[in-house]
Amino acid sequence: MAEPWVLELWEGYALPGVIIVAQILAITAPLLFFVAYLTYAERKVIAAMHLRKGPNVVGPFGLLQPIADAVKLLFKETIVPAGASPVIFLMAPMLTFILALIGWAVIPFGAGLVLADINVGILYLFAISSLGVYGVIMAGWASNSKYPFLGALRSAAQMVSYEVSMGFVIITVLLCVGSLNLSDIVLAQQGDYGMFGWFWLPLLPMFIVFFISTLAETNRTPFDLPEGESELVAGFFLEYSSFPFALFFLGEYANMILMSAMTTILFLGGWLPIVDIAPFNWIPGPIWFAGKIAVVLFVFLWVRATFPRYRYDQLMRLGWKVFLPLSLFWVVATAGFLIAFDLVPNT
Amino acid sequence: MALLERGAYGFWLGELVGGMALTLRYFFKRKVTLNYPYEKGPLSPRFRGEHALRRYPNGEERCIACKLCEAVCPAQAITIEAEPRGDGSRRTTRYDIDMTKCIYCGFCQEACPVDAIVEGPNFEFATETREEMYYNKEKLLDNGDRWEAEIAQNLELDAPYR
Repeated sequence: MAEPWVLELWEGYALPGVIIVAQILAITAPLLFFVAYLTYAERKVIAAMHLRKGPNVVGPFGLLQPIADAVKLLFKETIVPAGASPVIFLMAPMLTFILALIGWAVIPFGAGLVLADINVGILYLFAISSLGVYGVIMAGWASNSKYPFLGALRSAAQMVSYEVSMGFVIITVLLCVGSLNLSDIVLAQQGDYGMFGWFWLPLLPMFIVFFISTLAETNRTPFDLPEGESELVAGFFLEYSSFPFALFFLGEYANMILMSAMTTILFLGGWLPIVDIAPFNWIPGPIWFAGKIAVVLFVFLWVRATFPRYRYDQLMRLGWKVFLPLSLFWVVATAGFLIAFDLVPNT
Repeated sequence: MALLERGAYGFWLGELVGGMALTLRYFFKRKVTLNYPYEKGPLSPRFRGEHALRRYPNGEERCIACKLCEAVCPAQAITIEAEPRGDGSRRTTRYDIDMTKCIYCGFCQEACPVDAIVEGPNFEFATETREEMYYNKEKLLDNGDRWEAEIAQNLELDAPYR
């Protein structure tokens, strides 16, 4: 029989620790798998829209391509430029990657399927996505090179600008829900109208504004100015190679998935089936959730294949002179509507 | 009114949606990719690829060492040395083409009065060393023997337009 203090140590600390690590692994391992295959999907989708076939040599349909890419990156040499400040230089990709992963702690994958069911979930998620800009700035600054620096500056201005309107869009949703808990936001969209009761329809302009802002927030085309190949070579990660580069890459794609998850939760009804009748509600929630994320991600790739890059002043004009007044107006309009028709939740 | 129309069109993102509809249509179209080493595109009879020195059907080499190709070559890639052979006919003792200099303009082929030097249909002759790209007479004649069927067919197909 074990000593009581051993038992206490086991039940009080070690066992919960093991459980939480297992839960974290259960989230991050599939996530990294999806990140790897998102790169594959991106190449395939864009290739299809260019009338090309995309990667089809490594494995059946090129399905092993992401693995080949990962192996290639891992075996390359990690180069730290002579003028760079090594600690920050190597911390930046780690920060980007960590921030892209910890956001997933509050994402509900199904009813009750959430690692940390905190009541300020959306605020946490918003904060995490805003912190992403630090990885970019640190990388651009520590590289001690002109193009990464310019890329980092652009990125900082861009991410800050679009967070403002994103914040207002989130406020509109919160007005309709009355809670900051992500599970409550999803459940508030449950109703008799199936997918037409989700917030994307009643809040349609805000859905579009939010989607475009997530494009800017994740530095995707048409807002990929921080890495604009044609003018900044590769932007803020120009000096990176090997695994630090891979971390940036993974972080960026994990961020895309996180943003799609956020869009899904706020506007596309999270894990809810499109209509709550027999064949659809047999499919478990996480599958619906993943499916909706996949649809949003497809639009991400579709947009990338379609639009050219914005000019920098156009980007700023769109953020501050179009989205900000529009979302601000919509906050006021939604609030007025809710008060006028006595629809305010939790009263 | 026009302003209002444009404004409304802009508000509904008409142009963006139109662009995305176009790319979506292309998404489902048939792909044009050729699986290169396994599939190849068609080549014109006039295609100017790897050089070859041809022979007459009786095995006699065509080249009479007139050096017109050497003279016309804008990249000065061709080097020819010649002297009379035992039977009194004038033949090359050396016919080198530096394929790293060659620009595949086809002037040598145009200049040749006896259709001896031609650019064949082969374009897959990459090598691992630079030295392998310095072709000598032996290599060129060998190319001629190997590609004669294709070269003869191409010359015949192109003849009406010459």
